[in-house]
Amino acid sequence: MRAMRYLPAESPVWAVETVAGSPGAQFLAGGTNLVDHLKLGVTAPELLVDISRLPLDQVEQYDDGAGLRIGANVRNSDLAAHPLVRSRMPAVARALLSGASGQIRNQATTAGNLLQRTRCVYFQDVTTPCNKREPGSGCSALEGYGRYNAVLGASAACVTTHPSDLAVALAALDATVVVLGTEGERRVPFADLHRLPGDDPSVDTTLGDGELITSVEVPVSRASERSTYRKVRDRASFAFALVSVAAAVELDGPVVRDVRIAWGGVAHRPWRARLAEAALVGRELTEDAVRSAVDEELADAETTAQTAYKVPMLRNTTALTLTRLAEEETR
Amino acid sequence: MDAHISLTVDGTERSLDVDTRTTLLDALRERLAVTSPKKGCDHGQCGSCTVLLDGRRHLTCLTLAVAHDGAEVVTAAGLADDGLHPVQQAFLDHDGYQCGYCTPGQVCSAVGMLDEAKQGHPSHVTDDLVGDVDLDDDEIRERMSGNLCRCGAYPGILAAIREAATA
Ligand SMILES: Cc1cc2nc3c(=O)[nH]c(=O)nc-3n(C[C@H](O)[C@H](O)[C@H](O)COP(=O)(O)OP(=O)(O)OC[C@H]3O[C@@H](n4cnc5c(N)ncnc54)[C@H](O)[C@@H]3O)c2cc1C
Ligand code: FES
Ligand code: FES
Repeated sequence: MRAMRYLPAESPVWAVETVAGSPGAQFLAGGTNLVDHLKLGVTAPELLVDISRLPLDQVEQYDDGAGLRIGANVRNSDLAAHPLVRSRMPAVARALLSGASGQIRNQATTAGNLLQRTRCVYFQDVTTPCNKREPGSGCSALEGYGRYNAVLGASAACVTTHPSDLAVALAALDATVVVLGTEGERRVPFADLHRLPGDDPSVDTTLGDGELITSVEVPVSRASERSTYRKVRDRASFAFALVSVAAAVELDGPVVRDVRIAWGGVAHRPWRARLAEAALVGRELTEDAVRSAVDEELADAETTAQTAYKVPMLRNTTALTLTRLAEEETR
Repeated sequence: MDAHISLTVDGTERSLDVDTRTTLLDALRERLAVTSPKKGCDHGQCGSCTVLLDGRRHLTCLTLAVAHDGAEVVTAAGLADDGLHPVQQAFLDHDGYQCGYCTPGQVCSAVGMLDEAKQGHPSHVTDDLVGDVDLDDDEIRERMSGNLCRCGAYPGILAAIREAATA
């Protein structure tokens, strides 16, 4: 590990000003991803600015209960246990609870979770080529171990997926990310936070130099209250998703008034299945309707022998998740 | 670059200079000779380095010592007062280990987990997110999934925690 300086952040503005313009500087939050990467040699910052003690640790309602503003430093365990998250946006609680372990959730922060980097084995193994870690070196996952690879939105330069569970739930619920930069604050719709790899997979997000996430706002709606998260993995606990589904629905009798579907384990960013949603709105919510809606979304999917399983898995998991939600609604 | 930090470890105030790269686990084991937390994977995947950090169960391998200046660390060794902690006693009574390497982490994790359950925190297997927590075997298994046991002493670990939960 390279020698580095460590500075506790004095304020959000101070943190931004210290990191902006210094390519060797990085924010440190819970450290569960960054400290791992320091050890693996995936990254070698010259300066760590520790933001973990900044008072960005509140969950509060905004606009008379229109939604919840979640501070960037709220720990994953605290967010999952928050009464309003459990009752008004269960998909968020369920996504968090399906991730990592109890210890890691006590340490990991909201912003750190969203900005964690891929778990691709080649990204984490510095002895192998990886365009995300070392631009231009090639992509080992194209020909190598590819069980977790993307089936939508990948490029010749990178075929990996985004590992966060929370991000999938926030994509479904139309969250907004509040970001502080040297020019002040800006608000980023969740769908615009993460990017597809294109020819520059080294960049995961649209955040600018030194930009700090200060909070995430999640609107409450009838759909968010009828939402959930289902994760399919190789073992029952403490594993990353093969695929996952965040879903939310509002019905009018048997007919879909509002539906949100986002997928994890599918692309370089959480994948909002807008084509599938459009195919379902105004229709009766049946298992068959969901299956054909999913097939519309997956029309452009590109699979290999190692990832072909994801197509039926997405179809089945999305159908199960949405029909169960509909049963709850009509119960 | 070195930094000066203070920690309270198992009730004793300790001060030391650490290289900023030192993890909390290495600071405890290599610098302070506190060897109760164990290094298993060193990457957050096994739970053997678990302690109670400022009252909550926490890994020590994926965190820098310098980030915890002023923190209170309780290791499994520090849980015993006059007699053993009830969770420690339950591990003895139910053979919750074989080689014992994962045990300090299991014990700290169990203590932290029982406290989370007492506060009503749900888990991945909780059906009703807003209901009360009933720590049945599935709940205990899920909540303890961050602690691996290479010897496979899980039946004893589960029995020990089940008893401690109902005590
Ligand atoms: C064994 C293991 C299993 C895991 N399993 C899962 C899983 O199943 N599902 C899942 O979703 N995750 C899983 N994780 C990942 C874990 O959730 C993330 O590591 C964690 O959420 C990162 O949060 P942190 O606060 O520790 O971030 P850090 O490690 O401190 O930071 C991560 C990145 O975010 C940046 N950053 C942090 N905060 C800000 C901010 N406010 N503004 C701008 N940049 C910021 C940092 O600079 C860094 O680049 C697992 C991790 C481990 C080690
Ligand atoms: S040594 Fe910390 S989790 Fe394995
Ligand atoms: S008792 Fe040997 S690893 Fe658990």
